[in-house]
Amino acid sequence: MKAAIVLPAFNESAVIYKILKSLPKRLEGISEVDVVVVNDGSQDSTLTEAARASVDVISHSLNRGVGAATKTGIYWAKKNKADVIVTFDADGQHDPRDIQKIIKPIIDKKADVVIGSRFKRRSEMPPDRFLLNLFANLATFILFGVFSTDSQSGLRAFSKKAASLIDTRLDRMDFSSEVLLEAKRHDLKVLEVPTSVIYTSYSRAKGQKNTNALPILARLLVKLLR
Amino acid sequence: MLTSIQIVLLIFILFALSRVMLRLREKILSTQVAFFWIIVWIAALVGILLPATTSKLAQFFGVGRGVDVIVYISLTLLFYLVFRIYVMIEDLRHEITEIVRHIALQKTIKSPRKNRSKKIKK
Repeated sequence: MKAAIVLPAFNESAVIYKILKSLPKRLEGISEVDVVVVNDGSQDSTLTEAARASVDVISHSLNRGVGAATKTGIYWAKKNKADVIVTFDADGQHDPRDIQKIIKPIIDKKADVVIGSRFKRRSEMPPDRFLLNLFANLATFILFGVFSTDSQSGLRAFSKKAASLIDTRLDRMDFSSEVLLEAKRHDLKVLEVPTSVIYTSYSRAKGQKNTNALPILARLLVKLLR
Repeated sequence: MLTSIQIVLLIFILFALSRVMLRLREKILSTQVAFFWIIVWIAALVGILLPATTSKLAQFFGVGRGVDVIVYISLTLLFYLVFRIYVMIEDLRHEITEIVRHIALQKTIKSPRKNRSKKIKK
């Protein structure tokens, strides 16, 4: 079984090398681990830093958003015949040890999509982020009828079947909710696994801004009404 | 006798109609879209030159004054057009992303580790 870890990255030169080096080289139940960074039109040295870590790098010439970059990475993984595809944020908010945890249900054929939920350990999340995520989860539920304890998590695992069926159109953070909608549409088995969250001042500054919530909601509405 | 506001609006509508015809000739507008705008501007022309028609329209819709019915219709139309433009921009963004993705996937930088193992295999 082959796994691919996809890291969408935008201006992450300060941390990307360290994060790539911390990723597991071997995973239980997996014979080969591929790592790919999708440099999403970064203006800093993310591209060279990622290449220095001896991983595959795909580079968007323009910044298209985290959703678009993730989709590019998933596309690459499918082309490289990965059986399990993991998406992992490049800002250092996830614990690399959680990768094994989220791919296990896929290896065991218990799920098609696994979401690393940061919400199940609420104490690790700052209160404003908790509220923002709660709002995002609620919006995802109202608009799409899908409930997730962490609809915005970047740490996810997809089976080959899920990767081939899920087809997203949204390019930015709203992509996270769209994946859930697609999973529901194709009747895929979605599982949530509690994972750690490392909120450093760096990852907080890099992540979603609290004020982004309304434009995201507007785009999700347009997706429904168009 | 035309009032000054009627004259100003009349000139503006003739100008707008001329732009529609020019863009149609340049093939920037499709026939359907040009037809839509011609209808809009001719309706406005009728409303300005024959204000009594708007009062009849208002009566038909059960709205007090002719001007009110025009405002309501215009607002509805404007909101709808803004929505269509928003959708169009989203479509354009999506198309740009598809192009960027296509180019990016053609130029993947391979990990040196993998290249080495391939060379050994050979």
